Amino acid sequence: MDRSRRIVLKGAGATGAFAAALAAGLLRPGAAAAAWNKGAFDAKTTADAMKALGYAGAVESKDIVIRAPEIAENGAVVPIDITSNIPGTTSISVFIEKNPFPYTGTFDVSQGALPFVHLRAKIGESSPVRVVVAAGGKHFTTAKEVKVTIGGCGG
Amino acid sequence: MADPMKIRATLQGDVADVRVLMAHPMETGQRKDPAGNVVPLHFIQTITAQLNGKPVFAADISQAISRNPVFAFKVKGAKAGDKLAITWTDNKGDKRTDEVTVGGS
Repeated sequence: MDRSRRIVLKGAGATGAFAAALAAGLLRPGAAAAAWNKGAFDAKTTADAMKALGYAGAVESKDIVIRAPEIAENGAVVPIDITSNIPGTTSISVFIEKNPFPYTGTFDVSQGALPFVHLRAKIGESSPVRVVVAAGGKHFTTAKEVKVTIGGCGG
Repeated sequence: MADPMKIRATLQGDVADVRVLMAHPMETGQRKDPAGNVVPLHFIQTITAQLNGKPVFAADISQAISRNPVFAFKVKGAKAGDKLAITWTDNKGDKRTDEVTVGGS
C-alpha cells in the first residue's frame, strides 16, 4: 500500500516537471531544429555565424552555382540565383560577408523542392557572397564577389 | 495587416516554378528616419510553403533580404490544379498566408 502510493507520487512529480519544462520552452517537440537561429543571425562575422549553425569546416565545392551580378548598381536589391548540383542537397544558406550581420538566410529544400533558390538581398558594400549547402550531413561552400557601387544600407 | 503576396506558380513538366513577392518593409534597424531616430528592426523571419497542405519549402531569413522580398523556388511532383500556399512570419509576430493554384494564371 505504502509502496504503490510512493510510485504514484513519484510519477506525478516527474510528469509535473516535464510539463513545467514544456511550458518554459525548454523542450519544444519538433520545433527545435526549425527554430529561427538567433545566435547565427546575430553573429557579426561569417565564421561565427557558420560556427553557430554547425557549418564550420565546410568543404569548397565547384558544384554550387551562384549567379549574381559582378557589379551591382543598387546594393539595396541584388538578385542572387543559387543552384546546387550536389546530390542530396537539403538546405542552402547565404552569407554576405561584409554586411553588419552576414548570415542572410537558410532555404530548406529537403521536403520536395529542387536545390535552387532565387532571392534579392541588401549588400552594404562590395563583398563576397558565400553559400553553404548541406547535403547528406556534410557541408559544402563556395563564394562569389559582388561589387556594389551604391550601398544597400542607410541609402 | 500586411498586403497580400503576389504568387505565381507555373508548371514545367512536374516541376512548379514558384515566384513570390511579399509586401514588407524589411527594416534593418540600421536606417534613420528624417528626424534622426533609428527605425527599429522589422523583418520577415520565416517563410514556409505548402503544396496541398504538405510542407515543400521553408526559409529562415534575416533583415538583409531586400524590401518587398522576392523569392523563387521549384517544387517537384506538382500538377495543374494543386494548391500552393505560402506563409511568412515577421519579428513582430505578424503573419500572412496566401494561396494560388498551380498552373493557373
